[in-house]
Amino acid sequence: MATKVVMEALSPTMEEGRLIEWKKQEGETVAAGDVLAEVETDKAVMELVARAGGVLRKQLVPAGATVPVATTVAVIAGKDEDIAALLGNGSAAPGAGAAKPAQGAAGAETAAAAETAGAAETVATAETAAAAGKAHPAPVVAAAPAAPATPADGGRVKASPLARRIAAERGVDLAGIAGSGPGGRVVQRDVERAPVAAAPAAGAAPRPARALPDEGYADEPLTQIRKTIAKRLVQSIGPVPTFYLTAEVDMERAWDAREALKALGPEGKVSFNDIILKAVATALRQHPACNAWWQDDHIRYWRDVHVGVAVAVEDGLITPVVRHADRKTLREISAEVRDMAGRARERRLRPEEYTGATFSISNLGMYDISHFTAIINPPEAGILAVGGIIEKPVAADGQVTIRRRMQVTMSCDHRVIDGATGAEFLRTLKTLLENPLALVW
Amino acid sequence: MATSFDVIILGGGPAGYVAAIRAAQLGLTTAVVERDKLGGVCVNIGCIPTKALLHSARMANVIRHDAKDLGIATGEVTTDYGVAMKRSRREAEQNSKGVEFLMKKHKVTVIRGSGTLAAGRRVKVGGDTYEATKGLILATGSRVKGLPQVGLEIDKAVVISSDEALFLERAPKTLAVVGAGAVGCEFADVFSAFGTKVTLIEALPKILPLEDAEASDAVAKSFKKRGIDVIAGASVKQATVGKDKVTLQVEAGGEKRAVEAEKVLMAAGRAVNTENLGLREAGVELTDRGFIRVNPVTLETSAKGIYAIGDVAGPPMLAHKGSREGVHAAEVIAGQKPHAIRYDNVPSVTYCHPEVASIGLTEAQAKEKGLEFTVGRFPFSANGRARASNETDGFVKILAGKKYGEILGAHIVGGHASEMIHELAVARENEYTVAEVDLAIHAHPTLSEAIAEAALDAMGRVIHI
Repeated sequence: MATKVVMEALSPTMEEGRLIEWKKQEGETVAAGDVLAEVETDKAVMELVARAGGVLRKQLVPAGATVPVATTVAVIAGKDEDIAALLGNGSAAPGAGAAKPAQGAAGAETAAAAETAGAAETVATAETAAAAGKAHPAPVVAAAPAAPATPADGGRVKASPLARRIAAERGVDLAGIAGSGPGGRVVQRDVERAPVAAAPAAGAAPRPARALPDEGYADEPLTQIRKTIAKRLVQSIGPVPTFYLTAEVDMERAWDAREALKALGPEGKVSFNDIILKAVATALRQHPACNAWWQDDHIRYWRDVHVGVAVAVEDGLITPVVRHADRKTLREISAEVRDMAGRARERRLRPEEYTGATFSISNLGMYDISHFTAIINPPEAGILAVGGIIEKPVAADGQVTIRRRMQVTMSCDHRVIDGATGAEFLRTLKTLLENPLALVW
Repeated sequence: MATSFDVIILGGGPAGYVAAIRAAQLGLTTAVVERDKLGGVCVNIGCIPTKALLHSARMANVIRHDAKDLGIATGEVTTDYGVAMKRSRREAEQNSKGVEFLMKKHKVTVIRGSGTLAAGRRVKVGGDTYEATKGLILATGSRVKGLPQVGLEIDKAVVISSDEALFLERAPKTLAVVGAGAVGCEFADVFSAFGTKVTLIEALPKILPLEDAEASDAVAKSFKKRGIDVIAGASVKQATVGKDKVTLQVEAGGEKRAVEAEKVLMAAGRAVNTENLGLREAGVELTDRGFIRVNPVTLETSAKGIYAIGDVAGPPMLAHKGSREGVHAAEVIAGQKPHAIRYDNVPSVTYCHPEVASIGLTEAQAKEKGLEFTVGRFPFSANGRARASNETDGFVKILAGKKYGEILGAHIVGGHASEMIHELAVARENEYTVAEVDLAIHAHPTLSEAIAEAALDAMGRVIHI
């Protein structure tokens, strides 16, 4: 049976994807699970895998083109099967509307060559995805043949409410799933059977360095990540009514504590950011009002504390999430952040690793910034901007002494957090950082 | 009479006759072989007559206990099991005639007698041989069985089964019911209402052992209140069967006691009718438990072109499960590809008072599977319609998956539980979650509001408690 290959939502926020490179060419035989193409999403480079076996009969979108999620990009069918109906009706014609050809052919070729190196690992990734799929209960055998859930006329996808919930939570696109329910309705077992979008292969080659042309400036097309940042920042500063609270924290004891840990050897090496993250998580546990999401028609107060840490990457920033940070030790947090930040820079984070934060931290202390404000990452209700630790004269008990001080500024979504609520959280955070022993108490 | 049909069905019970009608609808020439009355156990000595008797029992209890409070004056209330029995027979006969009418209407040939498989998808009935050219369906059903190993072989006089209980002219003074599944509980309820002193004995730790523990407890409590002696977790060590009484040595919870009764009703298990059908010769294999082995997708047996449906094809041994298999098998034979039957979504109902209806997993099963779930409950005592109708016993309990709110199981105990469970059957079949159940507006005042409330309770938003 002929199957349409659609651009899948490979991350929860993905709305369109750029088809970087076809891994299978027209006429090649493919098996379900084979990598068909590499796709750049708003967050990372991911693989588009075949949901059915057969022959890749037609590529409908050229490499380099950007198409919205759910657009048909190829057709898999039997060798001699008539696919005219699929091509003529409801599928995106080659180069139609959103599809744009890649910017320079030379650049595309370089990328292709560089990425061939990662091919061996690609197989391993596919196997991992298959193994993960086995953890689900064995699917019930349906007598009826699975039919594609998307009607040829591009109407709505037929799916059960439960299938929709699971798909939303997993970031799976229902349009890409063959439904086994009545009339091709997508049901629970279909969503659970759908392979989880595979993470990019380990060791994927870095993006080629861009050459500086002679004109003194370079016109770069917007990458997906830049588009997403722009869209989300506009979303934030516009409709999110934000106010800012700044506090100055005495970091003398935290400094001593870090030095003491460092003296234990390489294992004890933690950053101030790790200490601040731990303190924020502990404070959030005590102030659940700040550990919340604005949800348009309701506020979601989180019981779990998941702290996002903004990490600068080549092309923008990404926020890996330390899950259950309040329940982790400083050492665990430190190791996790180091691992995730490293992989973030290589663009190898899995979607679940950079989504679902309940609060975020942005630290520019290492750039000698003493004070700044950070922009809230919706639907989170707060973010903490951390400045550098600076020695300065401080008056205390009528004496002027030199102390190590740090300014933190919390941006609060006023729809969720009121002034006093945020201030109480900051006071707790200040107390914890000034008495770091409390973090292990 | 023709000797060749597209489809021949052995057995005219709720599985077989429904298969016949569906096959006829699909344009197949169809014959049903039935040795007794059309409608099978269900219509003649099962579902239908017991419901007639339970209606009598319920009315007797209402008139006896509630009439005065309802503003109805009665004299002394007396009951006569013989009269109720005769009414139940009339209703059963009517139903069986109704099935005969349906066979005629759909031009299904009814062959009277016992069928035996012969070579080449043929059936021998008496001296005649009939051929099924497209498919042969086995729907021979099941029958009651006793416990010969402890001396409780059914003698149809003192040790009886439901087959005899349904034809008694009078209610015995004392009755021991062995087995407290649906059948045992229903007869305990009936005879208790007709003045019999009933002892209900169950081997497993709770009565209605297949139901959720909370449902079992609610029924046990109601039974005890009505004077039924409930002994669960009990084993019958020995039975002494006399001419007009039985003495059972029962051990429960480390204690031994003797139960004396005028009659013993055996309600512990059924045996499938797989003997004398020529199954082995036809290449039809059985499972380890004695059921006919079928492919769950097509219901075809190990012999090509021979299908099995209903009780012989395996548990749950319920009329509605058999009927669905009948439709399914007929469609498969007609070349259709019907959707696989969801055996995890078959409602189970016990029609004693209060009724117990359930679908999906019990709480214990959900725990055993290691599922994460929330329990939504709503008692009928907090439901306006239940209070107005004097049906405040019982509750609705919904097990909802913690992450997505899918309905893992639902359990209803109450006056009309059997009618209410289908809302949740529809919800489960279509994969609605508790959110969709609540979103559907429920009429007020109705007992069904308790379902919406239980769904809300599973989401932590119950309104009326």
